[in-house]
Amino acid sequence: MANSAFIYDAVRTPRSKGKKDGSLHTVKPVDLGAGLLRELQSRHDLDTSYVDDVVFGCVTPVGEQGSDIAKMVVQNADWDESVAGVQLDRFCASGLEAVNTAAARVASGWEDLIVAGGVECMSRVPMGSNGGAMGGDPEFSMKTGFVPQGIGADLIATLEGWSREDVDAYALESQKRASHAQANGYFDKSVVPVLDRNGITVLEKDDFIKPDTTLEGLGKLKPSFEMMGQFGFDDIALRKYNTLDKINHVHTPGNSSGIVDGSSAVLIGSEKAGKDLGLTPRGRILATAILATDPIIMLTGPGPAAEKCLQKAGLNKSDIDLWEINEAFASVAMRYMKDLGVDHEITNVNGGAIAMGHPLGATGAMLVSIVLDELERRGLKRAMLSLCVGGGMGISTIIERV
Amino acid sequence: MSVFKYEKDADGIVTVTMDMTGPVNAMNDEYNVAMNETVDKLEAEQGLTGVVFASAKNTFFAGGDLNMLVSIQPQQAEEFYEGIIETKERLRRLEKLPVPVVAAINGAALGGGFELCLSCNHRVAWNSKAVQVGLPEVGLGLLPGGGGVVRMVNLLGLETALPYLLEGKKVNAEKALAAGLIHETVDTLDELLPRAKTWILENKESETAAVQPWDQKGFKIPGGKAGTPKLAQTLMMAPVMLQQKTRGLLPAPEMILDAATEAARLDFDNAQIVEARNFTRLATSDVAKNMISTFFFGLNKVNGGASRPADIASSKVKKVGILGAGMMGQGIAYSSAMAGIEVVLKDISQEAADKGKAYTEKLLDKRVSRGRMSAEKKAEILSLIKATDADADLQGCDLIIEAVFENMELKHKITKSTEGYLAENGVWGSNTSTLPITQLADASSNAANFIGIHFFSPVDKMPLVEIICGEKTNDETLARAFDYVRQIKKTPIVVNDSLGFFTSRTFGTYIDEGIRLTQEGVHPIQVDNMGKAIGMPVGSLTVHDETSQQLSHKVVGTQKDMGLFVEPVDGDAMSEMVDWIYVENNRGGRHHGGGYYTYGEDGSKTIWQPLVDKYHKPDHGIEEQDMKDRLLFRSVIETLKCLQEGVLRSVADGNIGSIMGIGAPIWTGGYLQFINTYGAKRFVERARELQAKFGNRFEPPAIVVDKAEKGELFT
Repeated sequence: MANSAFIYDAVRTPRSKGKKDGSLHTVKPVDLGAGLLRELQSRHDLDTSYVDDVVFGCVTPVGEQGSDIAKMVVQNADWDESVAGVQLDRFCASGLEAVNTAAARVASGWEDLIVAGGVECMSRVPMGSNGGAMGGDPEFSMKTGFVPQGIGADLIATLEGWSREDVDAYALESQKRASHAQANGYFDKSVVPVLDRNGITVLEKDDFIKPDTTLEGLGKLKPSFEMMGQFGFDDIALRKYNTLDKINHVHTPGNSSGIVDGSSAVLIGSEKAGKDLGLTPRGRILATAILATDPIIMLTGPGPAAEKCLQKAGLNKSDIDLWEINEAFASVAMRYMKDLGVDHEITNVNGGAIAMGHPLGATGAMLVSIVLDELERRGLKRAMLSLCVGGGMGISTIIERV
Repeated sequence: MSVFKYEKDADGIVTVTMDMTGPVNAMNDEYNVAMNETVDKLEAEQGLTGVVFASAKNTFFAGGDLNMLVSIQPQQAEEFYEGIIETKERLRRLEKLPVPVVAAINGAALGGGFELCLSCNHRVAWNSKAVQVGLPEVGLGLLPGGGGVVRMVNLLGLETALPYLLEGKKVNAEKALAAGLIHETVDTLDELLPRAKTWILENKESETAAVQPWDQKGFKIPGGKAGTPKLAQTLMMAPVMLQQKTRGLLPAPEMILDAATEAARLDFDNAQIVEARNFTRLATSDVAKNMISTFFFGLNKVNGGASRPADIASSKVKKVGILGAGMMGQGIAYSSAMAGIEVVLKDISQEAADKGKAYTEKLLDKRVSRGRMSAEKKAEILSLIKATDADADLQGCDLIIEAVFENMELKHKITKSTEGYLAENGVWGSNTSTLPITQLADASSNAANFIGIHFFSPVDKMPLVEIICGEKTNDETLARAFDYVRQIKKTPIVVNDSLGFFTSRTFGTYIDEGIRLTQEGVHPIQVDNMGKAIGMPVGSLTVHDETSQQLSHKVVGTQKDMGLFVEPVDGDAMSEMVDWIYVENNRGGRHHGGGYYTYGEDGSKTIWQPLVDKYHKPDHGIEEQDMKDRLLFRSVIETLKCLQEGVLRSVADGNIGSIMGIGAPIWTGGYLQFINTYGAKRFVERARELQAKFGNRFEPPAIVVDKAEKGELFT
C-alpha cells in the first residue's frame, strides 16, 4: 500500500436507551456529533482547516438526520468552512464503513486527514422510518424473500442447535464484561461526556448496561420475533432452509443489541498529517473487507468477511490478539466465533452491544475506540473488528497498534 | 346497427343498452368497436344530460375475452399492451364525460363488467340473487386490466381493496352496497332504469355528480398513499401473507399487489400504465394460460358433459340409497339431501345410521348459526334423510351407492343382498378408491347398471367425483351417474377401470417418489418441503401419514391376494418403507399413533427421529431442482400413462381431476396442461435426463414423445 492510514484518535459518546425515557433523547443528532468533533479539536489543538472530509455513517438519514448530516455536524461544531462532510449508509456497518472509506482515501495518498464516525439518535428518528424496498415494496419483498433480521438471528440459532439458555448465557456474559470494564474505567479514555448548551453534563457514561442481569431474569423475557414468524416470515425463511421444520425463536430484548442513541468519531490520517500537525499515531488500519452472503438469513456475513480481511492483510488467525464482533444478536456473535474457531476469551472482552446498545450508524466506529483502548491496556498488537450487515453483508477491519 | 343500442330520451338522457352477439356482453373486439362508437357519439352529443349503461342480457357484462387472452404469446406483448391502453382510454373518456354516467346493474357484473361499472359515476343495482359484482381475474391468473385495480384502490383505499383484488371476492348487491362498491339498490328489476334516470335528474345541479372521486380537487385516497406510515405494516405483511398461499408460484396475486401498491403511490393515470404493464406480463405468462385453459375452458367442458354419452336423455335421481353411514356415506347423504334428493342412509345398526345422519345436522346447524340458512330450510333438508338399519327401506331407490369398507368380499355380499331393492333399471354405484369396478360388478345380476362413483373426503367440501366405468357398464348407467353428480353440484370426471383408477393411481406416485427421496438420503423434512415448493398442498410424507401407512399395507395385501399386484418399475420402495415403519415399528399414520411424524395433542408435529437416523445422508448429492422435478414428473407421467391406456377418456378430465381431486399445483393447470406450456419436447428431454439419473420410472410415455415430435398440444 502506498501510504499507511493511521488512527490518531478515536472517541465516542456514552450510549443510552433510544426511547423518550433515554438520557440522550433531548440531544439533537447534530449536537451529539458536533460534541465529538469539538473534543477531537480540543484534545489535539487541531487546525480543522487541515481536515479534508468528515464521513459519518447514519442508517436512518431522514428528518433531522437527513440531508447529509455529516456536513451539518461539521458546521454545528464550528469547524473551518473548508471542511466537507458526507453521510453514508451501509446499514449497521455504516460506522465501520466510514472508517474503512476514510482509511482507503488516506492510503491512496489522495487525502491526508479525515474524520470517520457516525451518529444515530434512535430515540428521535426511529429505526425503519426511512422506508426502503426491503419490506416496503411488496414486489421486491416477494422476489427476494425478505425476512426481518431477527428471524435470521433465530434461524442461525436453530441451525446451530443453540437453545434459549445458550444465547441467554452469552448475553449474561456480555453484561458482566461490560459492567466490569466500565467499573474499572476501561472506557474512560474514549467516552466523551455529553454536555448541554450550558456546559452541564447530560450523560457522562453509558447507562444502558444492566449490571444486575441474571439468567433467571433473562429467561423471563418474551421472544421478540415469534409472532412475526407466525405471520408467515418463518415459512419464507424455511423455503430456503428446507431441512428445518420450524424456527426456534430464542432472541429477546435481553440477548439482542439494545436500541440506543450515540455517536462516534475516529481521526484517520497520513504520516504527513501527523507530522504537519504534531499528532502521534495510536494505531493503523491494516486491511478492510466487505462482502455479502445469503440475504435471507442475513446475519452470517461477519465470519467470511473476517476471513477475507485476513487474506487481504496476509495474516493468520493467530496473528489477531483480540476479536470484536458487533453483538446485533447473541447468535451472530456465537456464529462468528464458531465460523472462525476463535475463543470467547479473546472476543468482545469488554462486552458488546447486547449490554451497551447499538446506535446503528455509529457502532462500527465505536468499536475502533473500544478495541484500541483495550489493545493498549493489555499491551497487545492487533485486533479484528466485524459487524453483520443488512442484506446479508459482512464487514471487517484489522487494526494494529503502532 | 351497433350491438350497443343508443337511445336519447326527452330529458336528454342517453341509455346505452348492451346487447352483444352471443349469450353475454364481453370485452372483445366487438365491444371495442361498439364502445368506441358510443363514446365518440356521447362526446359529440348535443343537449346531453346524462348516460345510463344497461344490459339486454340476463347478466350485465361478463368480462374479458378469454379465447383471446389464452392465445397471447410473449412476442405479442407490445401489441397487447397497446390494446389494453386503448381499452383504458375508452373507459377514461367515459368517466370524464361532462355529464353523470350511471351503471344500471341488472345481473352479474364481473371482471371487465365491473370495471365498466367502476368507470361510471353512479352504480345502481337490482337487489337480487342475480346480481354479483367483483373482480375474479386472479382466479384465472390475470388481473383486472381495465382500470379495475387502480379504481378499486382509489375508491376503497389499498387495504380495503386488496381482498377484492387478491382473492377475487364476489359480493351480492346488498354486500356491495355496504362495502361502497355500488351506490344504491332497487327492489325490482322494473325500477332499475327509471331509478338510474331519476338519479341523473336529481343531480342536475350537482358539481360533483359527473366527476369521479379521484378526479375531484383535493381527492385523497382512503387510508392514505403508499408512503404513509399507516400503510408501512400492510406493505410489509401483505406479501408475507400472500406467499403463504402462493409460495411464490402464482404471479397474478403478486402483480396485483404490486399494481395496487403503485396505485396508492402514483397519480391515477400513471398507475394505469403500471396496471397495463403488469397485466401484459400476466397475459403472456404460462401460468395464466394454464389456469384459463383448465379452470375456464376445461371445467366448462367437463361440467358441460363432454364425457357424458350425448344421446341419452338427462335424468334426475329422486331417491338415493346409501349403504354405510361412515365418513363417506354420511358426506354423500349430506350432499344429496342438500340437492333436494330423498336419502335412505342405511347401516348395520340404527345407532350407526343415526350417527351418520347427525353429521348432516351438525353441518346444517353451522349454516344456521352463521345466518346462511333458515331453521325451516334445515328441517326440510334433514327430513329428506331417513336413517335406518332395514334393507327394506331401500325399496324403490333409483340409485344405490354402496360406501362400506374397502373389502371385495363384503362389497360382493352387500351387492347381492341389496341389489333387489333398486327401482327398475336403477343404478348401482360403488364408492371405492381402490377396488376394480369390473370385479366388484361380478357379484351383480346386472353388471351393465353397475358403476364406480368415487367420492373424495371430506365429501361435503371436495368438489370432485370420479366416475369409473367397468367393462360391462353401459352408456345409460354412465349418463345417469353423471347426471346425479351434477345434480349434487359436483364435478364428475369419467374414467375407465384400472387399478387405482386415475386419481388414486396418480396420487400414489407422489407419495412413492417422496418415499424414494427419503430412502436415498434426503432429509424427510426437506422431502415434504420440496413438495410444497412445487405447489402441492402438503408434502408426500405428511400426506402419507394422513392416508395412513396402515391402509397402504392393506391395499397392497389385497392386491396381492387378488393377483392384481404389479411390481413397480425401479423396485417396490413403498412396501419397503411400509414394512419397516408400520409392520416393524407399528407407525400406521397420524390417526394410528403417528407415522413419519409424531403428532402432539397440542397440534404439534415433529419428525420421528428414527426415520432421519435410518435414512438421512447429508451428502446425498441430489439437487433441489431434481427433487422438485421428480415429485412433479412422477404424477405427470402417471397421468400420461392413464391417457395413453385409455383410463382417462379426455385431457380435460385429467386436468380437472388432478387439480380438484389430488391437489395438483394450481399453476400447472393440471398434469396434462402443464406439458402444454412446459413444452412437450422439453418435457421429454427432461424426463429422459431424470430416467438416466434416477431410473426407468421417468421414461416418457409414447403419447408425449409423439406429441413432442408432432409439436402438438394436449387438448
